[in-house]
Amino acid sequence: MTQVSMTVNGKPVSGEVEGRTLLVQFLREGLGLTGTHVGCDTSQCGACVVHVDGKPVKSCTVFAQDVAGSSVKTIEGMANADGSLGTLQQAFQDHHGLQCGFCTPGMVMSSAALLADNPNPTEAEVRHHLEGNICRCTGYHNIVKAVLTASGQPVAAE
Amino acid sequence: MFDFEFVKPSSIVEAARLLGGEGAQALSGGQTLMPTMKQRLAAPSVLVSLTGIAEMKGLSVAAGTLTVGAATPHAVVAAEAARVFPALAALAGGIGDPAVRNRGTIGGSIANNDPSACYPAAVLASGATVVTSKRRIAADDFFQGMFSTALEEGEFVTSVAFPIPEKAAYVKFNQPASRFALTGVFVAKFAGGVRVAVTGASNNGVFRWAEAEAALAKSFTADALQGLGVDDSDMITDLHGTAAYRANLVKVLTGRAVSAAG
Repeated sequence: MTQVSMTVNGKPVSGEVEGRTLLVQFLREGLGLTGTHVGCDTSQCGACVVHVDGKPVKSCTVFAQDVAGSSVKTIEGMANADGSLGTLQQAFQDHHGLQCGFCTPGMVMSSAALLADNPNPTEAEVRHHLEGNICRCTGYHNIVKAVLTASGQPVAAE
Repeated sequence: MFDFEFVKPSSIVEAARLLGGEGAQALSGGQTLMPTMKQRLAAPSVLVSLTGIAEMKGLSVAAGTLTVGAATPHAVVAAEAARVFPALAALAGGIGDPAVRNRGTIGGSIANNDPSACYPAAVLASGATVVTSKRRIAADDFFQGMFSTALEEGEFVTSVAFPIPEKAAYVKFNQPASRFALTGVFVAKFAGGVRVAVTGASNNGVFRWAEAEAALAKSFTADALQGLGVDDSDMITDLHGTAAYRANLVKVLTGRAVSAAG
């Protein structure tokens, strides 16, 4: 076991990991941050997307030790300081951009990364950007509406 | 996944020493190797991460050559090569999805030499030089068949040096689920000739289409391909497409790439 340290949602954290410990396992099992989901575990579905140093990555396909020292942001870090939903999260709720909710953490993290790079994406750009995030309930339309609604407005702080 | 010792050197020299050890395996972005390890198809005892080596990251341009550090993620190539080598940037920006592009690297892609990967087509069509921890290898000598390269035990790619073509384009026909190339063609026109490299089609991995290169050297137009046939005897047949289908795609996509290159 090796000691690993990083910053998660603005707070310094550390814990013991094996070589094979995935970032998503460290977040969920090590830190108890179970908002990040494991869907396919093969980097297809995007339920596990988190930001590492501001960039979206699939945390099921990153070793915890490989991102030691990085700044990680998860769905738990997307709410406003007072605990209320961030703009993007609120838009998902307003547009019913989720049904079972399983893909939602990854959808929100991927969408937040898009809006950070491109504050006013077209619908086509939103759909293209989310091609690595799979939803099996809503059929994407409401998710795209939520992202478009949130665009151009302040997104939860990066 | 079986456990292993994880090490993350900060220099090429240190990485080369670590990769000389028994059971050691290089790890770049991990977007292929990690799923492979989860399936226990690979079980290294030591995993040597190459993503902490600053001298293997980033792009530089000198004397008509674009050099890309092997540990540079696709997203960085997509953004930073856009002005100097737009066809390469477009290829990098079409690999996988945004999250995969933030981890996957050019070095990892060509070292794996997946028969449907995009980067080998760019490297071969550009006549690039693959720089490794030991030597410099011409692209024509580097790719040696499906999942096979000239890399020796313990040797790893450190950068790729691309001669910048006058005109170039990459066109791929996506396999819609994986976004790998069902077939992809990279066409590059230089002062001294044209190179055409095809990925996704052959059982032997990326290859050059010599007849098209000769025809395009005379006339760099899609019409120049009329009358050329593509031999489908060694093309891939799978549930996504037959050998004949892929052979047809090679010709169609080459024409589209020539038109796109302008």
